[in-house]
Amino acid sequence: MNRASILFGLLLLLALPLSLLAGRVWIDATTPNATLILLELRLPRAVLAVTIGAGLGAAGAAMQGYLRNPLADPGLFGIAPGAALGAVLSLHLGLAAGWFLPAFALIGAGGAMALLALIAGRSAGIALFTLAGMMIASLAGALTSLTISLSPNAFAMSEIVTWLMGALTDRSWADVQIAAPLTVLGIAVLLIAGKGLDALTLGEAAARSLGMQPAHLRWLLIIGTGLTVGSGVAVAGIIGFVGLIVPHLVRPLTDGRPSQLLLPSAIAGALLVLVADMLCRILPLVTELRLGIALSLIGAPFFLWLLLKMRRELA
Amino acid sequence: MTLEARELSIRLGDVTVLRQIAASLRPGEITAICGPNGAGKSTLLSVLAGLLEPDHGQVLLGGIAIAEMAPNERARQVGYLPQHGELAWDMSVRHLAALGRLPHGDAGEKQIEAALEAVHLTDFAYRPISTLSGGERARALLARVFATDPAWVLADEPLAALDFYHQHEVLAALRAAAGQGRGVLLVLHDLSLAMNHADRVLVLDKGELVADAPPEEALSEETIMQVWRMPARWMGEPGARALSIC
Repeated sequence: MNRASILFGLLLLLALPLSLLAGRVWIDATTPNATLILLELRLPRAVLAVTIGAGLGAAGAAMQGYLRNPLADPGLFGIAPGAALGAVLSLHLGLAAGWFLPAFALIGAGGAMALLALIAGRSAGIALFTLAGMMIASLAGALTSLTISLSPNAFAMSEIVTWLMGALTDRSWADVQIAAPLTVLGIAVLLIAGKGLDALTLGEAAARSLGMQPAHLRWLLIIGTGLTVGSGVAVAGIIGFVGLIVPHLVRPLTDGRPSQLLLPSAIAGALLVLVADMLCRILPLVTELRLGIALSLIGAPFFLWLLLKMRRELA
Repeated sequence: MTLEARELSIRLGDVTVLRQIAASLRPGEITAICGPNGAGKSTLLSVLAGLLEPDHGQVLLGGIAIAEMAPNERARQVGYLPQHGELAWDMSVRHLAALGRLPHGDAGEKQIEAALEAVHLTDFAYRPISTLSGGERARALLARVFATDPAWVLADEPLAALDFYHQHEVLAALRAAAGQGRGVLLVLHDLSLAMNHADRVLVLDKGELVADAPPEEALSEETIMQVWRMPARWMGEPGARALSIC
C-alpha cells in the first residue's frame, strides 16, 4: 500500500462517521430512532457512496492508464450510457420495481461490453477500441433520448430524467448488495490489469515487447470497467467526472506507474463521492441537490482547468 | 544464443515490405541494419523482436521459433527499444528502468542498479524523466531494456536526435552490452556510425537483403551507389571513417 492509499484511507475513515451524522437533520445519537436511521438510511447510503466512488475512481485510473491520456474517463467505453439505457428502458416499460431496474441496467452494461468486445475483435488497436466505445456511447445516448421522447406521459418522462441525474437518495441495503460485490470484483480485475498498464506507459510496441498481451489486457479493462461502472449506474444513475478528477488528484502522490494509481484512486473516489453526497444533503436548498449534478458542477470546471493547464504546458 | 531470420517475407496491405530475408545473427556483436527510408528496416526489427508475425518464414532464437515462445519468455530474452521513446507518465529514472523487470515479475534491484550504471545514470536514479536532457532520457530508456537482462538488445534508431557526444555515450553502453555476450541489433540511418561501430551490417533495399557482411564490405561505395543512388566516398582510417558525397 503506497502513501497515497494511506493518506486517502485516513481521510475516508474521518469522513465516514461524519457522513453518517450529517444531513438535512443532523443525527443526535441520543434520540430514540437514531440507531434505526443510521443503520437503515445513512449507513447503506454511505456504503453505497463509498462503493460507487471506489469503482469509478479505479475505472478512471485504469482508463487513463490504458489510453495513456489524462483526459480519459470511464464514460468513453460506452458502458455507463449502455447501463443508463437499460435502466431507462425498465422505467419506460414500468418494470422498475425491486431488482428489475438494476438488472436492466446491468444487462445494458453487459450489452455495451459485448458490443465493444465484438467490434474491437482480437487485434484492434487502442484507437479503434476507443472509437468503438465512443460510438457505443453515442448510440446508447441516442436510444436513451428516443426512449425518453416516447414516454407515455410527463410523469414517466420526469421520473426517467430525474433518475438519470444520478443520486443516492433513498437507497437501501438491497442496492448495496447489488453494487458492492460487483464493484469489488471489478476493482480486483482492474488491479490484475495493473502490470499491463505499467508496460503501456512505454507505448504499445514496447509494451508488447515486455510481454503485455493486448487482447488479454483489453478483456480485463472491459470486464473491470463494466463491473464497476455498470453496477454503479445500476443503483445510482449517471455519476460523471469522478473517474476523470480522482486520478489527477492522486497521481502526484504516486510514483507515476499506472498500477500504483489504481488502489489510491479507488479510495479517493470513495472519499469524493461520500463527501459530495454529504454536501448534497446539507446544502440548504428547497430539494436535495442531485449527486450527479453536484459532481458535474465540480467536474466540468475541473476538466476545463485541466485543458488550460495542458495547453499552457504544450505552449 | 543466435537470432536467426529464416526466409522472412511480410506484406503490409498490398506492399511487400520484406522479401525472403535470411540471416543468422551472433551474440557478442553489434549488428546494424541500414537502408534508405522505406527499405523495411523497422519492420525487420519488429519481426525479429517477435512483435510482428511474418507471412512466410520464421524467427529462431537459440534454435526455438520465437512465435512459439510465451510472451513473457520472449520478453525476458529480447529487449526492444522502439524508435520514438514514448513515456506516457512522468516517473523517476529508476521506476522507468524497473519497467524492464515486468517480464520477470520481480523487483530485480541488482539488475536495475547494473542497468543504470551501464548508461551512467546511477546519480540520476531519483530524478523525474521530465527534468532530463534528450541524451539522458535516451539513456534512461535504454536502461529499461538493459534492466530486463535480455540475451538480445534490439533498438530502432537509438541514436536519432542525439548530439555527437550522446551518440557515443549510447554506443559505448551498447558496445559494453555486446562485450557481456549480449546480441545487439540496431537500426541505423547514419552510415558513418554503422561503418565505425558495427561489427556487421545488413543492408536492406526495397525489402530485400542486398548485403550482409562486415561494414567495410557491406557499406562499400558501390553498394551505397546501388542502394542510396548517391556517389559517395569513404574518407579517413578504419574506425574513424567519414562519408563524403562526391
